[in-house]
Amino acid sequence: MSDVLAVADHRRGELRDVSFEIVRAGRELAADLGGDLHLAVIAGDTEAFADRLSLAGVDAIHTVDAGAEFNHDLYAGATAALFEELSPTAVLMPNSVNGLDYAPAVANRLDVPLVADAVGLAYDGGLEATREMYGSKVETAVEVSEEPFAVTVRGGEWAAVEETADVPVETFDYEFDESASGARVQGFEEVGAGDVDIADAEFLVSIGRGIEEEENLELIEELAEVTGATLSSSRPIVDNGWLPKNRQVGQSGKQVTPDVYLAIGISGAVQHVAGMKGAETIIAINTDPNAPIFDIADYGIVGDLFDVVPALIEEFN
Amino acid sequence: MKILVTVKEVAEAADDFEIEGTDIGEQFLEYDLNEWDDYAVEAAVQLSEEYDDVEVVSATIGPERSEETIRMALAKGVDRAIRVWDDDVAAADLDVAAKTRLFASVVEEEEPDLVLSGVQAADDGFGATGVSLADEIGFDWAAVVNRLDTDDDLSTAHVHRELEGGIEELTDVDLPAVLTIQTGLNEPRYASLRGIRQAQGKEISEFGLADLGLDADAVASPIERTAMYEPETESDATYFDGSADEQAAQLADVLRDKGVVSE
Repeated sequence: MSDVLAVADHRRGELRDVSFEIVRAGRELAADLGGDLHLAVIAGDTEAFADRLSLAGVDAIHTVDAGAEFNHDLYAGATAALFEELSPTAVLMPNSVNGLDYAPAVANRLDVPLVADAVGLAYDGGLEATREMYGSKVETAVEVSEEPFAVTVRGGEWAAVEETADVPVETFDYEFDESASGARVQGFEEVGAGDVDIADAEFLVSIGRGIEEEENLELIEELAEVTGATLSSSRPIVDNGWLPKNRQVGQSGKQVTPDVYLAIGISGAVQHVAGMKGAETIIAINTDPNAPIFDIADYGIVGDLFDVVPALIEEFN
Repeated sequence: MKILVTVKEVAEAADDFEIEGTDIGEQFLEYDLNEWDDYAVEAAVQLSEEYDDVEVVSATIGPERSEETIRMALAKGVDRAIRVWDDDVAAADLDVAAKTRLFASVVEEEEPDLVLSGVQAADDGFGATGVSLADEIGFDWAAVVNRLDTDDDLSTAHVHRELEGGIEELTDVDLPAVLTIQTGLNEPRYASLRGIRQAQGKEISEFGLADLGLDADAVASPIERTAMYEPETESDATYFDGSADEQAAQLADVLRDKGVVSE
């Protein structure tokens, strides 16, 4: 048998989007391999999750009833045990933050090769995965000459499967003593609350690494003021402490859907794009004509923000 | 206490570059300390300043050229460094498992109480070595750590893990542990002139596979990069040409048309 085992992702009672996307990735790979797609649902209300994940293309769902939330020892242990039980050719896990916290341990424990953050998968006698390198400037093909293998898949790269089906659900018994785990989740905290909610803004002027120095932020603040825009930023600006966390757009920040998103000096890393691609109109100013932000922009200016932004301020003064 | 920090020299591609074979041409690459590792170094050095008797050792898999990057870490307060390299390592296409084996041997040699690693490397972006290493050496771990506090007796690390969507997970991790460090955890210091001078006198030990009790099999990888290409541009953006003033005028018109700016 050349089956595929995929693992769902959830948090605080909600399945995450990548759970529905990994079903598509897994189904396509299982079709190439000529095997079944098994889906693992670990921790939380597994019954409800299994019900929701009874999707077209899934051949079996395996629930692991242990713990309320993600714990990497549980996920790594249960996934590896299920792998031993099913002997699949491939195990797919999400390249989410939680995926980063357990998938490498699964691969190591099973002594199988790991391809991380795949954006494409094909199998024709061997796995060929597509990955990005150098900050998404290039794509690469990597071939894996050993089986079985492990892959983490990037969220947003496969269309979610929505069509439901009647999928058999089996309980997989896995003993887990959370108190014995060396890493114990104590709770969650929402960060970035503040006076402004950038998620509500209709017009965001967003600044990235291209601003170079903290004092240059004044220029962008002036632009925001004369245009009545709300100021937001990509991750490095918040990392530097130049703007508070509640201004950060991206995977680990806020998801925004303004009418206009003006990205200034932002290259468009995948984590940033995940937070702003829902904007109705995207306008980018960047010196690098190959910056990935232009791939999703409706309007582009290849130019120096220190020339363009003062001229733009002048337009509205 | 001993803290081991894994430090990688990463390549950054110039805005304009050409691909030669399965990589970007050497002349279009610039090398620097991996940004995530810079935060890991800072975290280690801060712990060494906070507690007595903490030694910070960096470990790098890299060619002689990477000593420049290693000196940067030494200048920022790392006490001494280890560099792993030889002809077999140079000839290999190192995958996560191979890096894990190399670092696990360094851990066996050094017996650290804490290992800090950047979440990912800016060039290949695998984001897997730290957790794989933790599993291999039997340490506890936490990935994507953006806040780190430690108990006075250094028995437990209280960490925040940065999840998606502005949520952080609060987790206690028993030491010894491997923590993979996210950017924003701290403010990495610049190397002072004094630090740079001192770094020249600090030790960089060089280890080959044999020194680590390994052979060429340890770096054999079943994963091979077979192609590299520039992604097809999906851009259907309308570009504004001309001088900065002309570009700004066209952009202003769009903003007015969209109704987000009124005069």
